[in-house]
Amino acid sequence: MIPFDYQRAASAAEATGLARDGATFIAGGTNLLDLMKLEVMAPSRLVDINRLDLGGIEDTTGGGLRIGALVRNSDLAGDPRVRSSYPVLARALLAGASGQLRNKATTGGNLLQRTRCYYFYDTAMPCNKREPGSGCQAIGGATRLHAIFGTSDHCIATHPSDMAVAMRALDASIEIEDSAGNRRSVAISEFYRLPGTTPHIETVLKPGELITAVLLPPPGGTRQAYRKVRDRASYAFALVSVAGVVEMADGRMKRVALAFGGVGPQPWRNAEVEALLEGKAPSAELFEQAAGLLVAKARTQAGNAFKVPLLQRVLSATLNELTKG
Amino acid sequence: MALHLKMDERDDCDRLDAMAQKIIGTPIDRPEGALKVAGRARYALDMLPAGACHGVLVRATVAKGKLSSVDKDAVMALPGVRAVIADERLLRNPAQGMAGEAPVQGVSDVAYFGQLVALVVADSFEQARHGAQRLKLTLSSDPDVVVRPDDPAADLESPDDQKSEMGDLGRAMVDAAFSIDETYTTPPHASAAMEPHASIAEWSGEKLTLHGSYQMLPFNRSELADALGIDEGNVRILAPYVGGGFGSKLGISQEAVAAAIAAKELGVPVAVAMSRQQVFEGIMRRSETRQRIRLAAGEDGVLTGIGHEAWVSNLPDETFAEPVTQATPFLYQGAHRLIGQHIARVHRTCAGSVRAPGEAVGLTALEIAMDELAEISGIDPLELRLRNIPDKDPTEGIPFSSNKLSEALKVGAEKFGWSERSGTPGTRREGEWLVGMGMASAARVNMLIESKARVTLTGDGVARIESDMTDIGTGTYAVLSQIAGEMLGLPIDHVDVHLGDTDLPRGSGSGGSFGAASNGTAVFLACEDIRNQLCEKLGCDPESLTLKDGHAISGNQRLPFSEILQGTDLVGEGHVEPGKTEEAVRQATFGSYFAEVGVNAVTGETRLRRMLGVFSAGRILNEKTARSQCLGGMTFGIGMALLEELIHDDRDGHIVNRDLAEYHLPVNADVSGLEVVLLDERDGWANPLHAKGIGELGICGAAASIVNAIHNATGVRVRDLPATLDKVLEGLPPLS
Ligand SMILES: Cc1cc2nc3c(=O)[nH]c(=O)nc-3n(C[C@H](O)[C@H](O)[C@H](O)COP(=O)(O)OP(=O)(O)OC[C@H]3O[C@@H](n4cnc5c(N)ncnc54)[C@H](O)[C@@H]3O)c2cc1C
Ligand code: SF4
Repeated sequence: MIPFDYQRAASAAEATGLARDGATFIAGGTNLLDLMKLEVMAPSRLVDINRLDLGGIEDTTGGGLRIGALVRNSDLAGDPRVRSSYPVLARALLAGASGQLRNKATTGGNLLQRTRCYYFYDTAMPCNKREPGSGCQAIGGATRLHAIFGTSDHCIATHPSDMAVAMRALDASIEIEDSAGNRRSVAISEFYRLPGTTPHIETVLKPGELITAVLLPPPGGTRQAYRKVRDRASYAFALVSVAGVVEMADGRMKRVALAFGGVGPQPWRNAEVEALLEGKAPSAELFEQAAGLLVAKARTQAGNAFKVPLLQRVLSATLNELTKG
Repeated sequence: MALHLKMDERDDCDRLDAMAQKIIGTPIDRPEGALKVAGRARYALDMLPAGACHGVLVRATVAKGKLSSVDKDAVMALPGVRAVIADERLLRNPAQGMAGEAPVQGVSDVAYFGQLVALVVADSFEQARHGAQRLKLTLSSDPDVVVRPDDPAADLESPDDQKSEMGDLGRAMVDAAFSIDETYTTPPHASAAMEPHASIAEWSGEKLTLHGSYQMLPFNRSELADALGIDEGNVRILAPYVGGGFGSKLGISQEAVAAAIAAKELGVPVAVAMSRQQVFEGIMRRSETRQRIRLAAGEDGVLTGIGHEAWVSNLPDETFAEPVTQATPFLYQGAHRLIGQHIARVHRTCAGSVRAPGEAVGLTALEIAMDELAEISGIDPLELRLRNIPDKDPTEGIPFSSNKLSEALKVGAEKFGWSERSGTPGTRREGEWLVGMGMASAARVNMLIESKARVTLTGDGVARIESDMTDIGTGTYAVLSQIAGEMLGLPIDHVDVHLGDTDLPRGSGSGGSFGAASNGTAVFLACEDIRNQLCEKLGCDPESLTLKDGHAISGNQRLPFSEILQGTDLVGEGHVEPGKTEEAVRQATFGSYFAEVGVNAVTGETRLRRMLGVFSAGRILNEKTARSQCLGGMTFGIGMALLEELIHDDRDGHIVNRDLAEYHLPVNADVSGLEVVLLDERDGWANPLHAKGIGELGICGAAASIVNAIHNATGVRVRDLPATLDKVLEGLPPLS
């Protein structure tokens, strides 16, 4: 661990002001501290944001929710409004990590958690995300955890969050404050960047910018499901996951939102698949067709090729569950 | 006056059953349990003396090469750094179990990725770690390096002494009504003990005291002394509490020698703990295995032939090879037999003993093959095994000391409801889940290791047990208390146990499931010694003496110990050695597993629904700790069946998943519904306690019951463990 400064910010303005020259915010610390101990991340200064007034979950005038960036994963999953109107989010949260971690992990930190790529974690390995330009050792190596969509020749890592997958299906947006005190909100679809040639730049956040909240619009459908497939019954990252939100009308799928975890460098969505399904009556053939369309552009490695058939099956089963009865 | 016993003949006296205290076998809590849950049991690193420095080890990042220089100066300039040590006495590999001499030393030759080659010592742990991460090594990388066991360029050894042949297996295969010839693979495994390897070294003149975390202290003392080039009389190792070993702490490891060298050089105590990643890379792995199994059987499923050949790997100059076929010679009958072993020399982390070396993986493959034989012959898997239990060791031709396999199979089947199993795979479905049952036999060789102990009955009627034996979380404190309490007629709170100190009489150490029986026998003998002394004092013969609740009862007198001893102590010493019973009979433990799994018809995820283990291991010394051992073994079996795999990168041999987030052990949610039944058994051939090793039995073959259940649920036969969903998925029917 590289020696660093520590400062506790009393306000958002102070926090963003301090967060320059290699400084990093610390929230729950459940991801950041592990990475610092391994020297995968080496901030010059930690700006502790835990005392900021960024907790709390509020109703918005538009009928949605505003979730403070410091709301702990456990609290968010247990909120009665989340449980009744956004069950996909509650389930995704509870499918992640462990009870202890969720008590500590925050909404903002969860969105910004780094990939679990084995090679990213080992400083002896070339990794473009950790050390731009050094190469990507995962390609041709052990790739069970790796992405099949949105990858580049420079990086094939996934974004590991469960929560963010549900938020993507819910069309969340992310409220950001810059060092001048300006707040803007960015749709989650625009928030993450694809790796391209710069896999170390993961989001549109600029240095020093602080996530203050996540905004959820009113749920676009009452039928919601989160399904996570993993190697053990608990405490493992998703091999693939699906968050689905469906609104049915007259036996047809009026609105469909589907997001996928474990397969992309960001919570993955595919507009063509949703367009194919919307307005149609559910059927096994249609679901199969949708699943085929979803994986049409998959790019696999030896270790993650199984995700293609797996994802198709999981999508079909999830759609089935969301539309039956 | 020590009581010495060489196990040359069967014990027919079965003393423990004749005793009056009636605490042997009972499920008493561990005496040290409260300390452990309260965090007051002090493990190696908890013993940090004031003024100690901290050392952090540094790894090499090539699979094979030369370390030509270590840039000490830059790191020495960092705040708090006191020394950078790259000494040729540092261990290259950890010591193998019971080596009793230094393992391969020398850091300038790098033989595997992750080899620990230097130590940075500083005032604080953080400063040392920072220095270790900064240390620049000049390493050459040898392009001619073999890291894959299946690389055709790998040197392959096929030792003659690991080969045996009886009859003509080839002929038996041709003549068989049913035969199986399949290859099974298991990946490398890590021990994954909760407490990482850690040592504190402290010198006083020429005398070294090491607070360590080891399983076999008398051997560890010799290994450490040899590595340092000092007299072993000058070394004392203390390890009263050990947070799990599973084979990984049988021999001394890198941190102990590094701490000792640093402490000597600096003249202050030095603590060195390995990080989780260093334990994964630097400490023994279980070798991956490839196993060809041939089974030949008649119409009735009775085996006529068994062939078991194993391919394993290790570093070029290591003698250990995973003894995969250990139980194959005696588990089932069959006149035509072939056993063989091949060792590929690879530059991967040293292979050594991990959780029941041999049977854990070997029996698993054999028991999957038996399930395949049951399938093709149409004979129920349970029945197939019952038909093949030999009445004596079919290879050696000697009788079994005791063999309760048949009873274990029958009791298990009854209790589990085996008759409910559908013989046709893939026919039981509950919602999205395909449900199936599987079973397997358990077997593990039994061992006795030379062991000594001292028991003192103090004037105030308290027994003190002393031995350099260890308790690695298994319950040694509890069972030794019970043996002494039973033999001396003392309630459990009148027995004090002192372990884990090489100044005490030399015990067996913990490993190979032999600890409780071996060291327990030494304690038993020491207590016999005390009983004899009491008889002398009372002028009675041993047969007429009853000891109970701190009193001696003989004829019509009942005297408290305090009155007999009058303030003096009685010291008893026990010494047991293995003898002719080792060769005269086949000593082993047996059991059975029954598992029910659900396999998700969409995803191929397997979730264990319930599992039963029935075990027979001679006298059970403590029902609770024995059961816990079996539960732990079965948990490892679940891990082996479904999760555990050390992933090596094929390009440079480095271990990819070197932490507990990505090396998947079962978590609580994976191990619900486990049940254990312990059969009543006495085995006088084993030792006078009539107890046999139980620690490892619960893993030997366990994984097969689960893999066989997956087949029953889905019709998918997984021969390459672990049975992760990608291997099951391919064989699942399309979604309806
Ligand atoms: C063993 C283990 C298993 C896990 N399993 C899962 C799992 O199955 N599924 C899953 O989804 N997650 C899992 N996690 C990850 C866990 O969800 C994250 O570690 C956690 O959500 C991170 O939140 P935090 O508040 O602790 O973030 P921190 O570690 O404090 O921060 C993470 C990053 O976010 C930045 N940051 C934090 N807050 C803000 C803010 N408000 N504005 C700007 N930047 C900010 C920090 O600078 C840092 O770079 C697991 C973690 C562990 C250790
Ligand atoms: S996949 Fe990405 S994170 Fe992993 S090694 Fe390659 S560049 Fe690094």
